[in-house]
Amino acid sequence: MDILIVGVGGQGTLLASRVLGKYALEEGFDVKLSEVHGMAQRGGSVMTYVRIGQKIASPIIDEGCADLILAFEKLEALRYAHYLKKGGAILYSTQEIMPMPVVTGAAEYPQGIEAKLPGTGVDALGLALKAGNAKAANSVMLGALCKKMNFDRDKFEGALLSCIPQKTMEMNKKAFELGYAAV
Amino acid sequence: MKKLLLGDFAVARGAWEAGVKVAAAYPGTPSTEITEELARYDDVYSEWSPNEKVALEVGIGASIRGARSIVSMKHVGLNVACDPLFTASYTGVNGGLVIAVADDPSVFSSQNEQDTRLTAVSAQVPVLEPSDSMEAKEFTKLAFELSERYDTPVILRITTRVAHSQSLVELEERQEQPLRAYEKDIKKYVMMPANARVKHAVVEERMKKLSQDSESFAINRIEEGSKELGIICSGGVYQYVKEALPEASVLKLGMVYPLPFELIRKFAGSVKRCIVAEELAPHIETLVKAAGISVEGKNIFPRCGEFTANLIRECVLGKKVEAVPADVPARPPVLCAGCPHRGVFYVLSKLKLNVLGDIGCYTLGAVPPLGSMDAVVCMGASVGMAIGFDKADPEAHKHSVAVIGDSTFIHSGITGLVDAVYNKAKITVIILDNRTTGMTGHQNHPATGKTIKNEPTYELDLAEVCRAVGVPNVRTVDPGNLAETEAAVREELAKDEVSVIIAKKPCVLLTKKLYTGFRINDKCKKCKACLKLGCPAIVNGKNGITIDVSLCTECGLCKSVCKFGAIDGEVK
Repeated sequence: MDILIVGVGGQGTLLASRVLGKYALEEGFDVKLSEVHGMAQRGGSVMTYVRIGQKIASPIIDEGCADLILAFEKLEALRYAHYLKKGGAILYSTQEIMPMPVVTGAAEYPQGIEAKLPGTGVDALGLALKAGNAKAANSVMLGALCKKMNFDRDKFEGALLSCIPQKTMEMNKKAFELGYAAV
Repeated sequence: MKKLLLGDFAVARGAWEAGVKVAAAYPGTPSTEITEELARYDDVYSEWSPNEKVALEVGIGASIRGARSIVSMKHVGLNVACDPLFTASYTGVNGGLVIAVADDPSVFSSQNEQDTRLTAVSAQVPVLEPSDSMEAKEFTKLAFELSERYDTPVILRITTRVAHSQSLVELEERQEQPLRAYEKDIKKYVMMPANARVKHAVVEERMKKLSQDSESFAINRIEEGSKELGIICSGGVYQYVKEALPEASVLKLGMVYPLPFELIRKFAGSVKRCIVAEELAPHIETLVKAAGISVEGKNIFPRCGEFTANLIRECVLGKKVEAVPADVPARPPVLCAGCPHRGVFYVLSKLKLNVLGDIGCYTLGAVPPLGSMDAVVCMGASVGMAIGFDKADPEAHKHSVAVIGDSTFIHSGITGLVDAVYNKAKITVIILDNRTTGMTGHQNHPATGKTIKNEPTYELDLAEVCRAVGVPNVRTVDPGNLAETEAAVREELAKDEVSVIIAKKPCVLLTKKLYTGFRINDKCKKCKACLKLGCPAIVNGKNGITIDVSLCTECGLCKSVCKFGAIDGEVK
């Protein structure tokens, strides 16, 4: 299974890929993850690849090959939608983060994105705020992903909780729960 | 035990298992995590060196004294370390010396796309190239063995996709290596002309022997497949080839310099069509063709950018995947909300100054709307370029500054400053002192007063360094205070001497606080003054100008530029 995780640098795509990797490994699969560090993390568009299967060669997912795209931001979902294979789906946060060309007025944030995306939108930011803080939006999305993919909830949530600091545990648990219930 | 490991971590693990005693590096994406990981092992001495040249010299010293040592850097870091590298190739080693170098095809986080293999050819140093984390660990161990067996430093070349991918690794125990005996050997270690002349011939012989021996190295292997098509490849590209062309015969080279020419000749002769698939320079292809072996290569593959399985299918088989990207606005990286550099760049942009820049997060000061960066070349170049501006144009100093980060200043800005004072330049240098090495993920450096293991050490005082080299005007400002910063820049520009302004404020990402964020109230006149800050948290959208509370870090810069008191929130 090839899952592309996309978003804006700083949103926590790395955490999401590591949780997925941990879970897949526990389920007995071969896993390869590919991440982007450095310059691209500073508020830029970022993508992380998660490949799960019996034997994985390339750590990256090509255009037209992803089974699922997990998008932490709506415009980023659209930017990478062509990575989906035929019949693939996108699970996306409806959050909008304005890229700098939009902030400066050089471009407009595209309208009607939802209609172009084959998949499900989640109000991850709203639910994260409900859980305690905007930063928990990635846990909301992971909750939604867990439900959508029919993952073993206890194992998947366990993988998430083992990757986050103790002090934000309760907030992330709540966020995961809200995300799980949202799809 | 099998574990999912980042390629960089696997290199670190391999070095540890190989009994490495000394590890030195300057941080550089995508190599940083090798040494960060090594710092977790108590039985390895590790350090952040001020730059890659010093790091390699530490490694050379440790090797001569008999310890296995590893030095890590990114591709452009190897340029800085080239001086010791080229001569360490002559001296050879005592304890194994491995130089892990991470290239960055597609330029994810670098200033160029150079190919380390070409540098290795010039330096006459062997190069191993792993294709995943398991090989990263195994090849690192092998690199130490080869280094000692052939009396040479060995480069372990990885690329971003190997360094920053995670795959399964079988962990093993550390093989402790006793410190090798050291014997004074002037002919081997003192590279003055009489000795170097002799040593050059030794180096040429060594590489010839290594090339011959590598014919039977297990890491150079043929995977037999179709006789119609054979691919010669190495590193990460091997994985794309296996994905794209599962039927093809493959010659996987674990050592990409020197090459096993007879093995290559045999392979090329066994298939109808033989292609070298390699990212960046036609390194293997050129050498193979020079040996009189006919192959395809860059006639079908690009020299720029990283490969993918799709690209290989397209170039080799002519099969194109139809996937059309949506036409959407770009999202370039930007200075973070709350970044302490923003205040400085806002002032420089407002004063319309020419800005000679440097390497770090603050290179993003070039991105609109701040757009306040004129030239960025390499680590430390800002200071030298400012001197050049001044010497070329007697008026330049009135409207130009150099900006350089704290870590970069220590890396290679200090020597430029010595030049400025010595040669009476009239430049103004702004040290963007965010108290960390930011872009690479917050590493300590000599001015943080903490070692790589977070242990307290002497804290280099940047202002004292500047005064010590003779800078007459040194002052420190808070870049969060726009009025103070602007006044300082104006005053120092007016002087006909060297000035250094230290803009000191910690990186916003160092404070792991949760923020509630500022709000814009109904006094907003939509004058858009706040938008000139280029803050990603301030949005001009369909609901007017708003603050994205998920990004806002309450730095207060927007409050200081707003004339109408339209922003609610308290700067703490």
